[in-house]
Amino acid sequence: MDRYFRPRTLTEALDIMAEHAPRPLAGGTDLYPALTGAFVQRPRLDWMDITGLATLRGVSAERIGALATWSDVAQAELPPAMRALAQAARQVGGRQVQNRGTLLGNLCNASPAADGVPPLLILDAQVELASAAGVRLLPLDEFLLGNRQTARRPDELAVALRLPPPPQAESRFEKLGARRQLVISIAMAAGLLRMAEGRVAQARVAVGSCSAVARRQRGLEAALHGATLAEAAGIVATAPLDLAPIGDVRGSAEYRLAAARTLVARSLGL
Amino acid sequence: MIALTVNGASHAVAEPPHARLSTVLRDSLGLTGTKVGCDAGDCGACTVLIDGAQACACMVALGQLEGAAITTIEGFSGTVWGRALSASFLHHGAAQCGICTPGMVMAAAELLAQTPAPDEAAVEAALGGVLCRCTGYRAITDAVLAAHRYRHTSPADEPDGVGARLPRLDGPGKLDGSTRFGADAAPADALWLRAIRSPHPHARFTLGAAPPGVTLLTAADVPGRNGFGIYPHIKDQPVFCADTVLYRGDCVAALVGARDAVEAAVLEVEWEVLAPLDMAAALAPGAPLLHAHLPGNILTTGRVVSGTPGPSAHRAEIAIQTSFVEHAYLEPEAGYARRVGDTIEVFASTQAPYMDREEVAGVLGIAPEAVRIIPSACGGGFGGKLDVSLQPMLAVAAWRLGRPVRAVYSRGESMVSSTKRHPAHIAARAGCDANGHLTHLEFDGDYDTGAYASWGPTVAGRVPVHASGPYRVPAVRAVARAVHSHNPPSGAFRGFGVPQAAIAQEALWDMLADQAGLDRLEFRWRNALRVGDRTACGQLLEHSVGLAACLDALRPHWLALRAQAAAASGPLRHGVGIACMWYGIGNTGMSNPSTMRLILAPDGRITFFNGAVDIGQGSSTVLPQIAAEALGLRVADLVHVNGDSALTPDAGKTSASRQTFVSGRAAMEAGLALRAAILRRANAGPQARLVLADGVLRVDGVALRLTEPLHGEGSFDPPTVALDADGQGIPYACYGFAAQVVALAVDPKLGTVHLHKIVAAHDVGRAINPTLVEGQIHGGIAQGIGLALMEEYIPGRTENLHDYLIPSMGDVPPIETILIEDPEPLGPYGAKGVGEPALVATAPAIFSAIRDATGAVITRVPARPDRVLEAMARV
Repeated sequence: MDRYFRPRTLTEALDIMAEHAPRPLAGGTDLYPALTGAFVQRPRLDWMDITGLATLRGVSAERIGALATWSDVAQAELPPAMRALAQAARQVGGRQVQNRGTLLGNLCNASPAADGVPPLLILDAQVELASAAGVRLLPLDEFLLGNRQTARRPDELAVALRLPPPPQAESRFEKLGARRQLVISIAMAAGLLRMAEGRVAQARVAVGSCSAVARRQRGLEAALHGATLAEAAGIVATAPLDLAPIGDVRGSAEYRLAAARTLVARSLGL
Repeated sequence: MIALTVNGASHAVAEPPHARLSTVLRDSLGLTGTKVGCDAGDCGACTVLIDGAQACACMVALGQLEGAAITTIEGFSGTVWGRALSASFLHHGAAQCGICTPGMVMAAAELLAQTPAPDEAAVEAALGGVLCRCTGYRAITDAVLAAHRYRHTSPADEPDGVGARLPRLDGPGKLDGSTRFGADAAPADALWLRAIRSPHPHARFTLGAAPPGVTLLTAADVPGRNGFGIYPHIKDQPVFCADTVLYRGDCVAALVGARDAVEAAVLEVEWEVLAPLDMAAALAPGAPLLHAHLPGNILTTGRVVSGTPGPSAHRAEIAIQTSFVEHAYLEPEAGYARRVGDTIEVFASTQAPYMDREEVAGVLGIAPEAVRIIPSACGGGFGGKLDVSLQPMLAVAAWRLGRPVRAVYSRGESMVSSTKRHPAHIAARAGCDANGHLTHLEFDGDYDTGAYASWGPTVAGRVPVHASGPYRVPAVRAVARAVHSHNPPSGAFRGFGVPQAAIAQEALWDMLADQAGLDRLEFRWRNALRVGDRTACGQLLEHSVGLAACLDALRPHWLALRAQAAAASGPLRHGVGIACMWYGIGNTGMSNPSTMRLILAPDGRITFFNGAVDIGQGSSTVLPQIAAEALGLRVADLVHVNGDSALTPDAGKTSASRQTFVSGRAAMEAGLALRAAILRRANAGPQARLVLADGVLRVDGVALRLTEPLHGEGSFDPPTVALDADGQGIPYACYGFAAQVVALAVDPKLGTVHLHKIVAAHDVGRAINPTLVEGQIHGGIAQGIGLALMEEYIPGRTENLHDYLIPSMGDVPPIETILIEDPEPLGPYGAKGVGEPALVATAPAIFSAIRDATGAVITRVPARPDRVLEAMARV
């Protein structure tokens, strides 16, 4: 039989995690689809519904709670560096998914095509993992280990994202799909450039759907440092990208690589 | 028990807390207006409001809803906004099959509560999470934009005769959620059935023992013939495979019992995996045979040969490859069967109740008269529900167990098991003289017909007839082969192979026009078939050939859009394309009759017995319009009995764009017959005026008293002549014609295609209901967009609606329709069909525009962004 837990306090929730290691349920927009398919017979599960944990709500420039939905993010007043995140929030699924699906859930699901990851990577987001044993913070790129793999232990609950003070620049999200709505990204990029005296003072870029986990492009960021805008376009056009795309039904590996470069340029406004 | 507030009422629900809200609403509370299309958040059909915010009910746990206020279509439709949206949807023709309609309306409900007069971008953002396969979305957008204007007005009494934009008669039930689709009704004591299917494309298997608590049905349990299929002599698809499966999704057994037990049961199957053949391997010399009696794995070869090529100044050739296309009707197959003594009743979603009757009778080994098919409302078909799906196995189960048995396919099961559009490998060559007059066409098409015959012979027969397009081509050699492989059975899909052929053929015309130095529209106009021409089948076209008129109507749009494209600047490449089409209405060179019946009862009730299944296209509205016109009464005077094999005469199947033309003519004849009977009884002249009010029929003001009912019956079978070995004959009594223009831009860095505008001119003979005709054109265009740009079914890879993409709301650009009415004398009031003609020209017009924009010739379909870039690199 399925067991369904619905704790009212975080302490209660963490005790349940410690004892039963259930599947956390928030928006359900990844969990339920995984239970259907041409040859899928629904497994018996232990569920822990965390939507009763009021302390996990809320979106701010410093913290995004585990219950914050895409719509919450899209509607929040946030600094310009978080614009890419808000743009991604309006391109994930339809409004139905945006209203229920959570950013944290998107991260825990750890799809290579998770639209939330590149915008959070360029914010240096950290994942706050709580367990009965305590709390630990992991940088997002250490939390995501691979396709559908994270560093979350079975007894841990991802309770929030922590965000350091963001760069003073507007970020942008570029998503490539084969249709307008409800589309899984072929590739996507989030980027920002902070200019000072006509030169790049700070560059941040991340690319998704082109490797098992979306990646910050730190080599490119370093190469861009100090460049003029005109030089930056040339650097983006030729710099090596740290990506490992695969070919699938959405596009070939070569295509992904070329498209990623275009998306990076556009996410930087180049 | 969990307390739930739905539509303002409190309910205590005994389902487990992880139960999907959609299941709770439908099965515990009986609120079946909330539809289930995918169980994965991909389609939005189950959209409801939770505390005012739209959500997919399939992804919400019951346990999360304590204290929440849920609104479904049943609760919303009676509100001020609900009534306004309903009226606006009906007026705009925004509901066709109706399966997505509740989801669309509930998504709009969230929007309008916040923004009573939204703009188009807001509508797209709010409704973009709901997929529609019928309408092409534009009518839905228009209906939501205009909804606020219907808040305080009640619908006017609309004119309803032939030519009137009568709102569809079956619309209100689709708007308030009361219409019953296949999964929406079943006897309370029905057992559940779950099919067991092969995950392998080719394998031998051994079944394990029946799991405890359920009944196992296998090939040995089929009392009659363990096979079904479209053609009387090809019943090659087993209800349950005996020992070998021929495609991934082939059915090996079924489990029947209580729902929980059936869902939890595990049947052990031992698979011996065998090497599968794709089409190329199946055609290789010495390839193993899928069906022993078909040498070379060739099911059928269709052929049209005529004329001798004259000298040509210009030549072009092309080779293209298309993909499997999934119908993706948003209603997965569902229904129930019930044994009543020595007869069986089957309630299911279908396009072809009378063919279903034959299939069920054959499988049970009983007479067709002992089978009653009750079609549910059909949530989209497009050809995919012409074959039986679950009807045979439900019938076998109900027959064997003596209990009602129901089944509902999941999206995945629907996709793996059902038929597809044939992938085609086409090589074609053509030439024209120095003046741009076509001289010849050679066409070779291999169509992957998959594991079983289904409609493969129909496709192979229809394609060569249409291969030269609606043009004068003095010499044609066109061959199409349907080839078996270990792929899903390819069957009927809007156009029966013609859309694939048109892609190759229209691309050739563009190349020849360029070589001849002619404008692409003028090239087509110059070669267009006209009255007095003979087709490649030798058929003399005597009436209703409106292609040149379509091109004339498009010319100003063509010139204006081309000027806009030429003036465009920026990084995108702009282009405009054009394509034409023709389509024979009805079956190819064979009988396809329809009969309609009207009965005037002594109490003044006039009942229209209409056996044509309305799958969203509108026959339940159009046929009454025709019948009423012929009678000289109003549509509102008719009472309707629709599509029940025990009550209505055989109208044939809803396919081949035939219902308006064939059943429409039968409805006209039935109306005229009843009118004649009335006039005879009243001793009135032919111009007499009929008025029905308060149960009294008055003829020129005089009440008609009856003691016996009066009957009017009409039948029509379009006159055709079977094709000979060279394809000579009269394949169809009439043809639909169209031309479409597409304006688009290509992102040269990403290969993405952005459609800007489509103008479609269609010769429909006569538009019985222009709103419904436009709805068909819009919906066909949307499916053409999908075929052209995104749809590719790959077994094992794209078996859901997030990996298999159909156009979403934002993918369909503004569409302008131009209706040309060149009347067809055989059709009712001049009408002919439009269902399939709507789709055929769109993909070739898109490719024509991509070539115009970039020079790239698309040869691999769909033109995914990466393929567009590859094609551009070849330029």
